[in-house]
Amino acid sequence: MKRNYRGLFFTPYVLWLAMFVIAPVALIIYYSFFNIHHHFTFANYQEFFSSGTYLTMTANSVLYAFLITLFAILISYPMALVISKLKHRDLWILLVILPTWINLLLKAYAFIGLLSHDGLVNDLFQFFGIPAQHMLFTDASFILVAAYIQIPFMILPIYNSLTDISDSYIRASRDLGATKWQTLTKVIIPMTMPGIKSGIQIVFIPSLSLFMLSRLIGGNKVITLGTAVEEHFLTTMNWGMGSTIGVVLIISMVIVMLLTNTKRKRRRTS
Amino acid sequence: MNDKASRTGKIYITIVFLLLYIPIVYLILYSFSKGTTMTNFQGFSLKHYGELFNDKRMLAIFLNTILIALLSSVCSTIIGTMGALAVHNAKRRHERETLLSLNSILLVSPDVIIGASFLIFFTALKLPLGFWSVLLSHIAFEIPIVLLLVLPRLDEMSPSMTNAAMDLGASPAQTLSKIILPYIQPGIIAGFFMAITYSLDDFAVTFFVTGNGFTTLSVEIYSRARQGISLEINALAGIMFIFSLILVGVYYWIETRNTATTGKKSIVEVGDR
Repeated sequence: MKRNYRGLFFTPYVLWLAMFVIAPVALIIYYSFFNIHHHFTFANYQEFFSSGTYLTMTANSVLYAFLITLFAILISYPMALVISKLKHRDLWILLVILPTWINLLLKAYAFIGLLSHDGLVNDLFQFFGIPAQHMLFTDASFILVAAYIQIPFMILPIYNSLTDISDSYIRASRDLGATKWQTLTKVIIPMTMPGIKSGIQIVFIPSLSLFMLSRLIGGNKVITLGTAVEEHFLTTMNWGMGSTIGVVLIISMVIVMLLTNTKRKRRRTS
Repeated sequence: MNDKASRTGKIYITIVFLLLYIPIVYLILYSFSKGTTMTNFQGFSLKHYGELFNDKRMLAIFLNTILIALLSSVCSTIIGTMGALAVHNAKRRHERETLLSLNSILLVSPDVIIGASFLIFFTALKLPLGFWSVLLSHIAFEIPIVLLLVLPRLDEMSPSMTNAAMDLGASPAQTLSKIILPYIQPGIIAGFFMAITYSLDDFAVTFFVTGNGFTTLSVEIYSRARQGISLEINALAGIMFIFSLILVGVYYWIETRNTATTGKKSIVEVGDR
């Protein structure tokens, strides 16, 4: 049709793919085989997989990301379920989306005030007779704030898959004598699995690398893979080791994608 | 699902909505406090807004941020739209899917990976870190979202429209400018606005590639927040909140207009058949 023009559209886009998608990933893999003196070596990987610090750090950040994702699901699922039944559900879901348009750092900064020693949360604690706690710079506060930031991103895909369910399924399950609980666990939840899976994808992967949150809210106690990458690249300038951790992050990302992707593809073709 | 929400359900979502909005309200409320900390509200005052507007450094950073957002969005909208045309015109299904999965890499990668790999890339090219490296990075990570917003419009466009244009003697350039671009324009505008918000929101990638001299608002907020509370940031939050409200408003206005015009278009198409 417009053969001669195809090349014209193709070139800038493919150039972008080559320069900003393929080349950077290739470079990060390449750098992971160099030590701080620019000698080719496998030592970074050896160090990563033999040193206790890196392995506990990886385990910790997977655990943190898992907890963040878990809390996000537990809070978001009922939320999406109720909103999908409301009269003006489009408006309510807009209210869920609105906080995502506010800069993440401002939200994190708000929690520095909220969780501080004389902040609102401690005021509330004291009102109920609980002594003021030091909440800032703990793992718990990091998980709380990260879950707060991720909840809207979890609600949205679940909400979308809930609104996709046709009423007739729900009615059929009622007519066949299922209780409300059975309808929920045997019909609604299985049918919204694709939504839950894409929610996990959207929340889990970034949670591995929220270095700004772990710095601002977790103090220097919470060290995740993301924090380590940032530190190696911008502070200690050991780009080789930073790249190695980056490669580990990329691999864990691919694993999460593979684990959560299978169903969705099959569904799209049906 | 016709089922009415139960009373417990309504109480539950009220609580979650409160939790979602308390930090934002708290943040903005304290921008009006006379005091200097985010505890113990000390009476209404606009002095932090005054400080903010007199802060020359902040004003320069604000202008930088807007400049980067606008420039990068224009460039990424152009390249992203070209990409959508390239994907749309892909002859084989396999080619289309390869392009689409490569396209989504930057959308799903963690920010630190994008930032770190761009940092290596710019250093390898010997490009100095600063305005240009930040601009190029923003263009790079905005392209895939523009493509994803433009492509559905292209795919839903009936091929008979371009065929008709060709049959009536339009050159490929005319077909593109008179038929295709006007049809996909709503997608392009949506992509442009999404690109702006991606740019304004980004912290991690910018933080990696910004070097020493150049700063955007997100990076500035981070470095100030690391030093502790300053209610000037709260005032900035208030202004950015209004800014994002306007952006959300414009974006949804475009979206609803999009669906409205799509509805009209489909009626026209049915009539044609």
